[in-house]
Amino acid sequence: MSGGRGTAEIRLRGVEKRFRTARGEEQVALAGVDLDVAGGDFVCLVGPSGCGKSTLVNLMAGFERPTAGRVAMDGAPVNGPDPDHILIFQDYGLYPWKTVLENVLFGLQARKVSPADARERAREALEMVGLEAAAGLHPHELSGGMKQRVAIARALAVEPSVLFMDEPFAALDAFTRLHLQEELVRIWEERRPTVVFVTHDLDEAIYLGQRVVLMAPGPGRIQRILPVGLPRPRERTRADFAGVRRELFEAFQLVHRDAAGEQEYSI
Amino acid sequence: MLAGLKKNAAPVASLAAFAIVWQLAARRYPPERFPAVTDVLRAVAELADNGTLWSDIAVSLARFSGAYLLAAGTAVPLGLFLGRFPRFHKAVDPLVQVLRPISPIAWFPLAVLWFGIGNAPAVFIIFLSAFFPIFFATVGAVRAIPPVYLKVAANFGANPGMTFLRVIVPAAFPGIMVGLHIAVGTAWIHLVAGEMLGAQSGLGFMIVDARNFLRTDRIMAGMLLVGGLGLCIYRAMRALERGFGRRWGASP
Repeated sequence: MSGGRGTAEIRLRGVEKRFRTARGEEQVALAGVDLDVAGGDFVCLVGPSGCGKSTLVNLMAGFERPTAGRVAMDGAPVNGPDPDHILIFQDYGLYPWKTVLENVLFGLQARKVSPADARERAREALEMVGLEAAAGLHPHELSGGMKQRVAIARALAVEPSVLFMDEPFAALDAFTRLHLQEELVRIWEERRPTVVFVTHDLDEAIYLGQRVVLMAPGPGRIQRILPVGLPRPRERTRADFAGVRRELFEAFQLVHRDAAGEQEYSI
Repeated sequence: MLAGLKKNAAPVASLAAFAIVWQLAARRYPPERFPAVTDVLRAVAELADNGTLWSDIAVSLARFSGAYLLAAGTAVPLGLFLGRFPRFHKAVDPLVQVLRPISPIAWFPLAVLWFGIGNAPAVFIIFLSAFFPIFFATVGAVRAIPPVYLKVAANFGANPGMTFLRVIVPAAFPGIMVGLHIAVGTAWIHLVAGEMLGAQSGLGFMIVDARNFLRTDRIMAGMLLVGGLGLCIYRAMRALERGFGRRWGASP
């Protein structure tokens, strides 16, 4: 645990990850992955299922070790999870026995922030996601979108320099998803953490990312890195958005076709 | 009031029908073999009058709660520990699996040999009957904790003590509660058995004592009391569970 705030620059070199399946067969989840993420960047990882995008973000967040290669944060190898690099999950990971406020306080208590200070920072984080009124509710009283906002507030409260997000909006309905995408961009512009965002939704990736990393399966690898030069706020209906979209879809269809030849999968 | 009456009408009617059938059937037999409802109720009143009823209930409840708390106090910590460390669990699992199918009653000869006659063998048997359900529920509850809870704790840098007390224990709590609930039932059943075999007091002893004097009405009175008290304890446990359930959200 570094604790201190670096510029949060991530560097991956020749990263490979092999798993042993339940049947004892060895499976290559990732092979030969090189990637640089600059501090304050917003990178989206997209690709069909089985391309290892979730594994990749777990490697960067320190929950998995690479079988070969190097994963480094600000030049130092990643040895485990770090409270300065928070991973946000699709299923929120909220504690059902705690109220919204207590959930947000958890990270601050783990860091031994004084109770008065922690309360102040938790309130601030809840305000940032627009949930200050829900502080006393329990997670089961919230909608999916609200739950994910609590998870985001819990992360923001500890002011991490990196946010890893593993398909955080995949379980939400379309309107909530659009709304949360806008909120995430606003928070990112305000706080400027480095964000690595995993999604299988190409539109989401184009709307959010400074760069979109397109991955391919069998073995999981990076197929293409596409800079998204669109000015913000981005308009999903504008011609320039459609242009990037077309480019990404064409690249994606190539991956899709290659993958379909090798294995069955669904997007 | 009327709605309450309507809701309870069917159970009250079935109880009344049962009592009537019992009363009529008992007419055909001598009361030493099959006493009527009225005989049994008279026996309860008699026992209440001479005071043995209250002392036997007090003794039984004390044994029950003492042994139950002892079982909960050992099975929960042990289950939390073994659920958390699968290696230790794997090591002791065969032993536990051999001990589990042995009926607590089968321990009775050893219990008397080791502890003599009195409180100890009954408490020991109740303890055994409560220990295993609580232990297995606790181990299962800890092992069923969603990995994401632990990932979040690790990510925010929670130390092992905080992870244990603030994440593992509360996350396992609803599952532990299920074990505590089952154990109330098994412990109460074995209370009577334990007291029938080794004790000189309590509801179980009351039944055995009544048999020795061929007081069939008192045997049935004892059985009714065991059933009624068991129901009360079960109800109290459920009320407690509901209280926790509200706090824990959707899961019971």
